[in-house]
Amino acid sequence: MTLASILIQLLNGLAAAASLFLVSAGLSLIFGVTRIVNFAHGSLYMLGLYGTYSLIQFFGRTPLGFWGAVVLAALAVGLVGILIEVLVLRRIYRAPELFQLLATFAVVLVIKDIALFTWGAEDLVGPRAPGLSTAVEIMGRRIPAYDLLLIAIGPVVLALLWLLLTRTRWGALVRAATQDREMVGALGVDQAKLFTSVFFVGSVLAGLGGALQIPREPANLELDLAIIADAFVVTVVGGLGSIGGAFLAAIIIGVAKAFCIGIGTVTWFGFEVSFSKLTLVVEFLIMALVLVVRPYGLLGKPQAAQRATEPAPRLQVPSWTFALVWLALLALVPLAADRYTTILLTDIVCFALFSVSLHFIMGPAGMVSFGHAAYFGIGAYAAGLLMKRFGLPMEAALLLAPLVAGLFAIVYGWFCVRLSGVYLAMLTLAFAQISWSVVFQWDSMTGGSNGVFGVWPSAWLADKTTYYYLALVLCGAGIVFLWRVLFSPFGYALRAGRDSPLRAEAIGIDLRGFQWAAFVLVGALAGLAGAVYAFSKGSISPSSISIAQSTDGLIMVLLGGVETLTGPVVGAAIFTWLRDVVARNTEFWRAVMGGVILLIVLLFPQGLVGGLKVLVARWREQRA
Amino acid sequence: MLTRNRLLAGTAALVALSLVGPAAAQAPIKIGELNSYKVFPAFLEPYKKGIELAVEEVNTAGGVLGRKIEVVSRDDNGNPGDAVRVAEELLSREGAAFLIGTFPSNVGLAVADFAKQRKVLFIAAEPLTDKIVWDQGNAYTFRLRTSTYMQTAMLIPDAVKLKKKRWAIVYPNYEYGQSATAAFKKLLKEKQPDVEFVAEQATPLGKIDAGAVAQALADAKPDAIFSSLFGPDLAKFVREGQTRGLFKGVEVFNLLAGEPEYLDPLKEESPDGWYVTGYPWSELKTPEHTKFLSAYQAKFKDYPRLGSVVGYATVMSAAEAIKKAGSLDQEKLVAAMKGLTLITPFGKIQYRPLDHQSTMGAYVGQIGVKDGKGYMKNWRFVDGKDALPSDADVQKMRPKN
Repeated sequence: MTLASILIQLLNGLAAAASLFLVSAGLSLIFGVTRIVNFAHGSLYMLGLYGTYSLIQFFGRTPLGFWGAVVLAALAVGLVGILIEVLVLRRIYRAPELFQLLATFAVVLVIKDIALFTWGAEDLVGPRAPGLSTAVEIMGRRIPAYDLLLIAIGPVVLALLWLLLTRTRWGALVRAATQDREMVGALGVDQAKLFTSVFFVGSVLAGLGGALQIPREPANLELDLAIIADAFVVTVVGGLGSIGGAFLAAIIIGVAKAFCIGIGTVTWFGFEVSFSKLTLVVEFLIMALVLVVRPYGLLGKPQAAQRATEPAPRLQVPSWTFALVWLALLALVPLAADRYTTILLTDIVCFALFSVSLHFIMGPAGMVSFGHAAYFGIGAYAAGLLMKRFGLPMEAALLLAPLVAGLFAIVYGWFCVRLSGVYLAMLTLAFAQISWSVVFQWDSMTGGSNGVFGVWPSAWLADKTTYYYLALVLCGAGIVFLWRVLFSPFGYALRAGRDSPLRAEAIGIDLRGFQWAAFVLVGALAGLAGAVYAFSKGSISPSSISIAQSTDGLIMVLLGGVETLTGPVVGAAIFTWLRDVVARNTEFWRAVMGGVILLIVLLFPQGLVGGLKVLVARWREQRA
Repeated sequence: MLTRNRLLAGTAALVALSLVGPAAAQAPIKIGELNSYKVFPAFLEPYKKGIELAVEEVNTAGGVLGRKIEVVSRDDNGNPGDAVRVAEELLSREGAAFLIGTFPSNVGLAVADFAKQRKVLFIAAEPLTDKIVWDQGNAYTFRLRTSTYMQTAMLIPDAVKLKKKRWAIVYPNYEYGQSATAAFKKLLKEKQPDVEFVAEQATPLGKIDAGAVAQALADAKPDAIFSSLFGPDLAKFVREGQTRGLFKGVEVFNLLAGEPEYLDPLKEESPDGWYVTGYPWSELKTPEHTKFLSAYQAKFKDYPRLGSVVGYATVMSAAEAIKKAGSLDQEKLVAAMKGLTLITPFGKIQYRPLDHQSTMGAYVGQIGVKDGKGYMKNWRFVDGKDALPSDADVQKMRPKN
């Protein structure tokens, strides 16, 4: 790269960082105050683009029309944010931690279908910014004038936010709530109003980030998920709640991407290294690196401990009779139902073990994982590759796969248990994405983006009913085992660590060691679920290790109820079944799915099983 | 009758079958269709309309084997795992005779492998991957769409004619882009041994950093560019490249960019002079296309996209296969598909017995801009059979069953 191209790529990186910073700043603000992991933030960004497109159509392509559209669209997105907060989130602030994530996931589905209905499926290429449509020549290279404007907008917004946060009463309240929101509440500040206003400002920033992209990016339906992962990465790399950190992180990531592209393919010691392919994963590599070195991001501070308002309810271990009755019922299903029911149940059984293993780590062990699909996918790939590439018999591949997943969990877990809270969750996501990108690129081993095919079970297991029984036995055993472990001294130690790390350490529990062991245990069992799943499908693709798969796991756990043991199983069953039924019957099935989840969220803020337990308890009280 | 035999495995299924059995004689023949409707709506909404039109035409003409046909559609969510489950549901619960559809390569390949395992006919509609008929080809899978290799090969004559030495390449980083790039490099090198590939950019699908990519390509000072971008990536690349003067004095070849799905959103910024494959729907005057066009416009009050043609031709292939087989027996259907010929809106096609690839062609031409809209100019039709490698090469790639 020549000096000129280095400079130009630097400018490209800075321009790309601008929108990323706006979106991430909004996310950081909302998370800092409300502790909500807002999946719908990407959808607000997408609405910003669509809104601006339509408003420019309406106002005309004049400078006033363009900038008026940008500002109005951002404000309109802010109103959408208020709607989401008031109609949905406000009702579930008291639900268990992370439950709001479920609601925002449902909102993503609904907004996507509303956008499809309103704006249609075709990509909408917006106009260039009037007066800024040409390029400026710098060192013999041409760079769009609009990009230079974007580079300037970033610091301006940063300065405005800084003024807002440090020089106004509202800013003082926001900073106070970020540090200790219960205390702010106790001092008589109306939390509902504060949360709504923070949501408004955060959403405006997301909308503005989208609106400013309209000359650079066609409005399309994939934008929401394309930006949300990056926005989370920037927020976490910068340090949660730190606007300056988000600015720094956005620039680092934007510039790193531009340089990966600028460097292109280089030959080192006879090996071709394609940096342009690194763009697939570079932000996650940076995040992993930063979190390993700085556990609270670049400019973040350790999170203030939240005072638990109510202790988590006691876990009740399901009795053996309960488990055996269910097992017997499930075993009888193939005799009474059709072939497809058996196949659907095989899926459900695999996902049940997957979600129980996730629940083990995020519930009782208190370590949320956003990248649990890593182990599911590695298990699936290990099973397929051991059979196809290393010629092992299917049975051996199936049983060895969990060990491979466990091995990866040993490595990933070692890093993860050194962190806590959302930082830990994001590091698990980073490892999952790094695994995903390796699988996606390593054509000769993993089949690249296509995956591995012909992964069918041995002849004696080929019959779908037989395979269902195998899945039921393996996954059922895995689930029962995990449940038993929770009531062993090991499980109690983990729960002690979750409820009070200091006291646990004080009585001599090597907490980190225990958490590491828990990581490996659930990694191996998620790997088992993945291996069983792979052989039931006959093929494995990178989607088994993707963010979507990890998200599905979270949804299942939260839907069933994170504070119960059977919840994750019920969640897996309901979610898989719902998707099967809903996707079959309706054109706008995502919106229907989102609507159903929202309904469940609002009616059962403890999840389905948690909610049922509350109902049963109330009924008993009334009778007594 | 394999499906039935397997159904008999469960006792309950027996009861169900006896209830359905007598009614089945008059009931329509169900064809199971699955696709990633929500992931690629820009292509698949018109595709669905094409399917509806074909079903209507087949049934108005009296159906097949004295029965009407019905296409039962499912969304596979763009996920191979879901696709295999949905395929199973179509066969065992809906009683679909066989399977058609799919869009992304990984889903298409997963369903193809499933079809082989299940011994069921599968007509892949849109997946472009060469592997589905070659490296991973199997006895039960056929593919309609002009493949990545074929479309790339169709552009090669124009590329060779220009005698450009320094080529830069940009592609979406997954199966389709990778194999388009590999095929292009191989074919061009054969015809023009002194060609040099000076830059290569693999961009994440849907997330191209267009400014940086355009700059990196310009830095390599290419004489020509080969791109396989489509959708939002293409639109971003076109805009950044134009603003930054990347395309000045540089010839650009872009697979698929002439398809209305991807060309129309570009409007007045459609890049003039680019060599593309596509579908100049408004300019085709062949009787088979005129008939299709007027029927489509009458039914939907909209013009067809390439997806419409693919959906229409897939269902027509399915109907012709049933007619030719004279039964719904899988082996007879597969035998009928081998060498099946039919008339599509793009003219006559044949499913080659050699590798199960159809000879559906594509239109090759250049992009022009007229009244603020992109269109294809200087176009010509290339028959698919003229864009395929030699039989010996195909046999080498395709596994023997």
